[in-house]
Amino acid sequence: MRSLRGSGVGRGAVVGPVARAHPSPAVPADAADPDREGAVRAADEAFAAVADALERRAEASSGTVATVLEATAAMARDTELAGQVRIRIEAGQATALAVDRAVAEFVDLFTQAGGYLAERVTDLLSVRDRVVARLTGQPEPGVPALDRPSVVVADDLSPADTAALELDKVLAIVIERGGPTGHTAIIAGQLGIPCIVRVVGASTLVDGQEVAVDAAAGTVIVDPDDATRAAVAARQAALAALSEHTGPGATADGHAVALLANIGTAEDAEQLTGAAVEGVGLFRTEVLYLGRTTAPIEDEQAQAYARALRALEGRKVVIRTLDAGADKPLAFISRGGEENPALGVRGFRLVRTDEGLLRSQLTAIARAAAETGGEPWVMAPMVATVEEAAQFAGIARELGLRRVGVMVEVPSAALRAPDLLAEVDFISIGTNDLAQYTMATDRLLGELVDLLDPWQPAVLDLVAAAAAAGVAAGKPVGVCGESAADPVMALVLTGMGVSSLSMSPAAVPGVRFALARHTLAACQELAVAARRARTGPDARAACLEGVDAEVREVLALG
Amino acid sequence: MAQRTVAVASAVGLHARPAKLFTQAAAGSGLRVLIAKNGGTPVDASSILRVMALAVKHGEEVTLSAEGDDADAVLDRLVTMLATDLDAVDA
Repeated sequence: MRSLRGSGVGRGAVVGPVARAHPSPAVPADAADPDREGAVRAADEAFAAVADALERRAEASSGTVATVLEATAAMARDTELAGQVRIRIEAGQATALAVDRAVAEFVDLFTQAGGYLAERVTDLLSVRDRVVARLTGQPEPGVPALDRPSVVVADDLSPADTAALELDKVLAIVIERGGPTGHTAIIAGQLGIPCIVRVVGASTLVDGQEVAVDAAAGTVIVDPDDATRAAVAARQAALAALSEHTGPGATADGHAVALLANIGTAEDAEQLTGAAVEGVGLFRTEVLYLGRTTAPIEDEQAQAYARALRALEGRKVVIRTLDAGADKPLAFISRGGEENPALGVRGFRLVRTDEGLLRSQLTAIARAAAETGGEPWVMAPMVATVEEAAQFAGIARELGLRRVGVMVEVPSAALRAPDLLAEVDFISIGTNDLAQYTMATDRLLGELVDLLDPWQPAVLDLVAAAAAAGVAAGKPVGVCGESAADPVMALVLTGMGVSSLSMSPAAVPGVRFALARHTLAACQELAVAARRARTGPDARAACLEGVDAEVREVLALG
Repeated sequence: MAQRTVAVASAVGLHARPAKLFTQAAAGSGLRVLIAKNGGTPVDASSILRVMALAVKHGEEVTLSAEGDDADAVLDRLVTMLATDLDAVDA
């Protein structure tokens, strides 16, 4: 059996057939077809076939995906676009190049217009890619329509590809590039789909080939034997058994650690109604703002927050204020030209140029609280100083919000957590960004993934400093980041004094099980062992030795 | 030549679904209908790409023009469409 390795997201395992998604086709430097009329006809037929295929997919899907596919199909049927292609072919351009150039003119127009139109450029490019692929005999780009449950294998998936996945037919996602904190991994984690990123050799997998994907081990086994299949089935059964436990999170000796969910929309909150989580530890609010040409009005925001609060029925809900800026641009916040967007005006720093945006969001949250009788917690992202924490707390309290906190994502905030906690009611550690800023490593650069390891000693030191500050101040310290979902790290965080762990709902059962099998004293010992190690891999290995054998076995921790 | 000016009612502007419905109606009219924004260059109203590229926002005015026997009736129908919030209408 051939085995490929990568970084796994989640603890699941599956066996299924490969369905390959293909990258954008290259535009060949062919000479023009001497039969101009034939070339024009071929282009027209390719556009029509692409539009037909998109319409069929639109009919088979629903909601936003269907709307996007319908609009994309309409672009493929556009008479002006066809006209421009014809003019270019008649003037002597090769067919695929004519399509590429004609689309590029519209791409320029849309990009210049900015805002909503700029966001539609992806749709235009997908029309171009599909037509060029058809004209040149290259495989259809993007994720194919799945006729049976499959393991989607790709070089990488764009956010649009990920959004268009037919989730009920995706058994697992295997990508050659990307990183464990990239968008594909995060979305897969959110949905509980086993995902392996940075799989060297993924491009050698072919359509229909059977593979066993083990996210816990980070392996993809080609043509698995019976023993491998049996191991996958056993893991599925063990994980299913774990999810039957639904009580509040606690260590073996009853020390409570709240297990919370990370969500992005009010719909996500509604899906938690029957879920075994104690609330929401991170409600990312960016989705409310994405794809907008103007900020959403307060009423609309208040409705979304009220829906989430109602769905959680009195359970804890921590709402993070808008975390946008140069690296997650929004059409109505036009900032461009920052050379280091991750270090620029993002998150809470937007208050410097537009305090009204923050005030309107907090007012909407306060209104939702009044309307539903809920008591949302609010926190600001990207806070670096005590002045910023005080400013945020001042505005939030002035608007009637009572539980006010800040994220700890910047090393300065972790180091001075005692000062921050004098200003706010709680802190929440965002481990992905904290690792990025501590290790000076771009979160999106897969090739530096070793530096982003949350087990890096310096990152552990900063997390421990923030957690200790919370314990000393008698105030809650949460962790909302990928590391809360790692059962071993969850034990270490608990040992450091973290009082709540927020993760994708799919990760909760494994963490609940690990906590229930260890006492607080055992967790504290693991925290000491982790911090004694000199390297990230040593830290995890040292902890793993102290983890209960059954927990290691059931969760396939290695 | 018949001509009409109307403010676009769709909350999202003349984009996405509203643009698709409008251009389909223009194409289905059998006439060559042109659309222009703020005295700009008129473009083919049946081309979704040209119409979207006008970047017409909610409340902005556009001018439609057409020639032919039914031009008045066709433009009246298209104007009624633009004066409706097409995003709120079920498909």
